[in-house]
Amino acid sequence: MTLITRRNALKLGVAGGALALTTHASQALVEIVVTGGNFVPLPIAIPDFASSDAAFGAEIAEIVRANLRRSGLFSPIDPASLPSRVGDVENEPDFAAWRGASVDALVMGSVERGGQVSSQVRVWDTQAAAQVVGKSYQTDPDNYRRIAHIVSDAIYASLSGGTGYFDTRIVFVSESGPKANRVKRLAIMDADGFNQQFLSSGKALTLGPKIGPNGSSLAFTSYEDGNPQVYVSGLGGQAKKLINNAPMSFAPQFSPDGGTVVFSVSNGGATNIYAAGAGGGAPVQLTSGSAIDTSPCFSPDGSRICFESDRGGSPQIYIMSAGGGGAQRISFGEGTYSTPVWAPTGDFIAYTRQSGGQFHIGIMKPDGSGERILSSSNQVQEGPTWAPNGRVIMFSRDPGGDAGPGLWTVDIWGRNEQSINAQGYASDPSWSPLRS
Amino acid sequence: MRSLTLLTNILKAAAMVVLVVAVAACARNGAGGTGVGNLGPGGGAPGSQQEFLVSVGDRVFFETDSSNLTPTAQATLDKQAAWLSKYSSYRIMIEGHADERGTREYNIALGARRASVVVNYLVSKGVQSGRISSKSFGKERPVAICNDISCWSQNRRAVTVVQ
Repeated sequence: MTLITRRNALKLGVAGGALALTTHASQALVEIVVTGGNFVPLPIAIPDFASSDAAFGAEIAEIVRANLRRSGLFSPIDPASLPSRVGDVENEPDFAAWRGASVDALVMGSVERGGQVSSQVRVWDTQAAAQVVGKSYQTDPDNYRRIAHIVSDAIYASLSGGTGYFDTRIVFVSESGPKANRVKRLAIMDADGFNQQFLSSGKALTLGPKIGPNGSSLAFTSYEDGNPQVYVSGLGGQAKKLINNAPMSFAPQFSPDGGTVVFSVSNGGATNIYAAGAGGGAPVQLTSGSAIDTSPCFSPDGSRICFESDRGGSPQIYIMSAGGGGAQRISFGEGTYSTPVWAPTGDFIAYTRQSGGQFHIGIMKPDGSGERILSSSNQVQEGPTWAPNGRVIMFSRDPGGDAGPGLWTVDIWGRNEQSINAQGYASDPSWSPLRS
Repeated sequence: MRSLTLLTNILKAAAMVVLVVAVAACARNGAGGTGVGNLGPGGGAPGSQQEFLVSVGDRVFFETDSSNLTPTAQATLDKQAAWLSKYSSYRIMIEGHADERGTREYNIALGARRASVVVNYLVSKGVQSGRISSKSFGKERPVAICNDISCWSQNRRAVTVVQ
């Protein structure tokens, strides 16, 4: 079965790193070559969605095509070259006609908007003459783009062997104004850069927002009090200072259940890691000493914390139990390692590495093995965040001088580096879970 | 008229400082250790914030990823401590900063460490700790804007703000 083989190919890519995937026209079977980096994205046909408003149907289909194209795993075929320009979810496709156009994977969709936006979608394997998935979805008409993201996730999941990540949002720092006195405020947008909204006024410096596991709470650092302090809030609305009496607190990160926030406290030149209830309560000190311990993050099961420390002389990544104590260093390459973040899938930790005058975004297994550099630059790039499916990483890159940073994505195979179209300068991205 | 003359002098001093900042930012001369201030005698009225800025020097610089005080930095802080002992009504804020060649969160901690080193040094030279507070801006507030070491070296600093 073509499709099963194809799914396995993509799954193998997740586990095995570099791979190539080629289709032989003679037998239409997928061949997997687990060497080299010339992976070929899966061609997929997505005619415009059928709709009583043809322009709306075309717009939704184009959002889906753009999502799948951006993933790097799919190559949407030019819709003008397809046997049928508009989708049909009522009838079985003419498989022979689609096979004749060299289309293996076919998406037929429809969309209507009334009180709700509703969409039906069927994914077909033309070689097997079989439906892979057929579903219907509804969403709020105020954000009709969501229906396209939800459909994109369904297509991605049905053909790639992993969950999707399109129906998600990014919280980040929006930057504007001259470098020496730049305004830095919190903002949120869809993962494709649309629907951007500000979440803070910009009066005070706000940095490092992290979105909670429920997708509706935030932890961030603000200079509202003069010194940096950690605050928690919803998506907008009143923010509450997490702890009192710390000279400086910053670098918050939620636990997987959202109930705890870990963060750094600087006091007398030492910076240590603390934990506190997200709703308040007495903080618990997790590390001690005169070093800088910062950028803490939880393992997805909540049992361990990874963090950055210069206790050994230069910043490196360490792992300790969630209760503190007994930290083990896991990074040993040349240079320094910062901003570790554990993949939601648990299998990798992403980080910022500085070596040879360059900034690298990389991943390694939690035991420190299997290091893989995904992106290198002479420009400052930092602060990786994981897509909820653990296959894509977003980070910021700053060309320096009076210019400002932008957001980029790269996949965990180091392919498909793409810029995300945020309005203005953007940094410190935090990727939400799939929306519910 | 006296007060007007004084005001004029203050404005002149302030203008000189602005000029020095502009020259330092443009010259990219790798000024390690010097920078704003250190113009020698003549700027600002005795005991004024302008005098501190111009004649004493309000900032010290650090090596990459270091919070150690260089001999030049110690000399500047010695002058600061002497001035602050003479004019004991002022409170001071030490602002720690980092250059942009590091991650945001680590740089907040590094700025805090640099500020702490300066606080401890001033206290060791007789400035009452109750007069001093500190904060870190990490890499968020650079003074020199360019893309090479001449700017980064000016941004790795701790600034003593007289209040």
